[in-house]
Amino acid sequence: MKLDSKIPAGPVADKWSNHKAKMRLVNPANRRKYHVIVVGSGLAGSAAAASFAEMGYEVSCFCYQDSPRRAHSIAAQGGINAAKNYQNDGDSVRRLFLDTIKGGDYRAREANVYRLAQVSTSIIDQCVAQGVPFAREYGGLLANRSFGGAQVSRTFYARGQTGQQLLLGAYSALSRQIGAGTVKMYTRHEMLDLVLVGGQAKGIVTRDLVTGEIKAWASDVVVLCTGGYGNVFYLSTNAQGCNVTATYRAHRRGAGFANPCYTQIHPTCIPVHGEDQSKLTLMSESLRNDGRVWVPKDKADCTKPASEIPEERRDYFLERKYPSYGNLAPRDIASRAAKEVCDEGRGVGQMVDGKRLGVYLDFSAAIKRLGEPAIRERYGNLFDMYENITGENAYRQPMRIFPAVHYTMGGLWVDYNLQSNIPGLFVGGEANFSDHGANRLGASALMQGLADGYFVLPYTVTDYLAGVGLTGRPSVDAPEFKAVVKEVQDRTQWFLNNKGNRSARSYHKALGKIVWEKCGMARDKAGLEGAIRDLQALRADFWKNILVVGSGDQLAPELERAGRVADFLDFGIMMCLDALHRDESCGGHFRTEYQDAGEAQRNDDKYAHVAVWAWQGDGQLPVRHTEPLVYEDVQFTTRSYK
Amino acid sequence: MVKEHDNLDSHGEQTLSLRLRVWRQSRGTTGHFEDHALAAVPTSASFLEMMDMLNEQLIKEGKDTFAFDHDCREGICGMCSMTINGMPHGPLPGVTTCQLHMRNFRDGEMITVEPWRAKAFPVIKDLAVNRSAFDKVIQAGGFITVRTGSATEANNTLIPKPVADEAMDAAECIGCGACVASCKNGSAMLFVGAKINHLNILPQGQPERERRTLAMVKTMDDAGFGNCTNYGECQAHCPKSITLDVIAKLNRDYLRARVKEFFSSTGKPRKGGD
Repeated sequence: MKLDSKIPAGPVADKWSNHKAKMRLVNPANRRKYHVIVVGSGLAGSAAAASFAEMGYEVSCFCYQDSPRRAHSIAAQGGINAAKNYQNDGDSVRRLFLDTIKGGDYRAREANVYRLAQVSTSIIDQCVAQGVPFAREYGGLLANRSFGGAQVSRTFYARGQTGQQLLLGAYSALSRQIGAGTVKMYTRHEMLDLVLVGGQAKGIVTRDLVTGEIKAWASDVVVLCTGGYGNVFYLSTNAQGCNVTATYRAHRRGAGFANPCYTQIHPTCIPVHGEDQSKLTLMSESLRNDGRVWVPKDKADCTKPASEIPEERRDYFLERKYPSYGNLAPRDIASRAAKEVCDEGRGVGQMVDGKRLGVYLDFSAAIKRLGEPAIRERYGNLFDMYENITGENAYRQPMRIFPAVHYTMGGLWVDYNLQSNIPGLFVGGEANFSDHGANRLGASALMQGLADGYFVLPYTVTDYLAGVGLTGRPSVDAPEFKAVVKEVQDRTQWFLNNKGNRSARSYHKALGKIVWEKCGMARDKAGLEGAIRDLQALRADFWKNILVVGSGDQLAPELERAGRVADFLDFGIMMCLDALHRDESCGGHFRTEYQDAGEAQRNDDKYAHVAVWAWQGDGQLPVRHTEPLVYEDVQFTTRSYK
Repeated sequence: MVKEHDNLDSHGEQTLSLRLRVWRQSRGTTGHFEDHALAAVPTSASFLEMMDMLNEQLIKEGKDTFAFDHDCREGICGMCSMTINGMPHGPLPGVTTCQLHMRNFRDGEMITVEPWRAKAFPVIKDLAVNRSAFDKVIQAGGFITVRTGSATEANNTLIPKPVADEAMDAAECIGCGACVASCKNGSAMLFVGAKINHLNILPQGQPERERRTLAMVKTMDDAGFGNCTNYGECQAHCPKSITLDVIAKLNRDYLRARVKEFFSSTGKPRKGGD
């Protein structure tokens, strides 16, 4: 596998402007002759599709939801970072760049991150012009808040619905182009394969989820903005439909998959309450500003109501272990500490699968100090949401929280131009691996999605198209397309014909349990090896006993689910393999063998590289390649929270 | 909320036995209700998790599942769309179906589950409907025209906080369609009013204000949505608590746009190049 990062020469601050100046252009009159396919309509996909259409390209955009406005970017709560320095508190492009590199535990690509910080300011301009109702000060200027442990206030927000408002902004830009006829929007269409002609990405194969029609689409370039793979864990904060199929299918066609073991686990989610749970809900991290995290010191107290456990029998474990950071310890640290006490049998709440997986987040001290109205003013909506889901009043009794998967830093490998190792296949947003390294900072996901979609892909895809020229687009009647359509049809038909005895959801749950236990917050060699064996057995069982009800010519949720779970099973094996072969701890990847009393121990000599996996065939283990991470500008340091 | 649960599951949690009357409809058929019994539903489950349980039970019996729309399951994507006991998104005010939990139902209760019922939202299968008419309304004018890269510095546009807050109140609409499903006229005016109110009060939205309003209302009418006659059901069932005043403001802006159009007319047919 050839992995050329194509990082432009020169000082890191000048790379993007130098590169832009050198990139080729396409004559406006010729642009409409190129067909661009964008898969996914979240922040990256909508922004890219709208921008391509504004430039004059013929664009087709696909999403599995019933409207592009449903994409899961909509659920992001906190905010979006930008180096505007409106607060005059010392922020700058360079500081945002350094924070992001450090937050990613020195496993992100320097040049990409610098560009992200550079274009961050244009994103805010663009969104405000679209009418995104960001929070404002009384003087009419934009408001900011601090977020995710940054020392500056650089986060722009729209109440607790920043993702929603940014997505609706991008959706409005996309809608304008759909209305103008420059983007053809295909909703309820799922991409089921990528088509290569002469080694270049030249189209996709989709299934119309309403009619069941399997169809090929030819294009000059394919842009995947299909999100992350958090749902490999079954329970996550992702939407139900989020899946790895588009990127995994591209991987099977030769695209390298980078750092699949980098997953982020958010400490403050509502705990699992039962076997039939389908989804975990995130509670804003801001709650830790006033809540104290604890569990009983004694296992015997775990079944008692919190009010019956006296102060001296409580273990405020974050305050005990990290006295200087206390309850505000960073996400990965706080998550692992909660897992540890629950593994010791000191968790609270309902017993699920023989374990109590929850810790208290207690506001009683803050209520005593500040009064209930002050707490209601700060967190009222979150307390309401908690009560709605759990039926418990957090003013009277402590909340119960537990960590949950909510973002994946790994993704398809891309070069500086966001092009994968398959020419003509570009990848944006959470679906690529490029900017967050081993851990993502709060309020950076929205920034990256929009940066890729509005300000990077329009340039780099144009450069690619100019190089390919106008002779490039094949017909969908070409044998390459027919072969892939046949493969997709056969696979679909196989699912419908295989009258097994077990539902896709039950396989998904079993898969989730294995990877959560062995490749979740803490990982070790023996556990990962066991997980790979278990997953291979589960995979074999799946291909024998899967049962798909419904018919192929109508809305068939079970058919959709079976295809996605099949890819998640293969992907899960690759994720465990990646975790097994990264013999160090960094960011969200914590190998228990490599720690210094709970602190992640990086190994920069051996692992300062991107791990990129190449597909080897059905049922075969993928092969690991590497792209060295060369830091020209920053120095490695150790993150410390004590 | 009724507390008469006697059943406990293996975790010691209260469970319900339910009778479900669920709409079944395939493409090209008229549809009918199907009755199913479902036992051991934990009261902590969400309504959609209860539907998942029903579907898993159907799979075990080798029967087709009920198709329904859902995605984020945290009340923000606007995809879930069930009429529960005659009420869009069920009996609780200010929540979507995915945020409705089974502790709000009684043991032994009969629950009727239907799709959105509206002319402009045809049923695709079972409980899933086609809401693309909403997208068409937005495509007609629910945007501010700004090309990528052509925006000015963000803080050049001063927006008083009360104006930004009012725009945000309207912008919270999730486009689920409960307003249409709850309205006897199948009117989309709460949805359209929310978007008009969001964009028309912001300074960035002024240049296209009249054009936007006329285009969105025309598309709304063409899509087969009814008119508003002030029943107020939309406000009662809106999961984001969007209020009726957005409809009043829509009517005001529509009138304003029509009057301006009348007086700006030269009597000549309009030329292209707008």
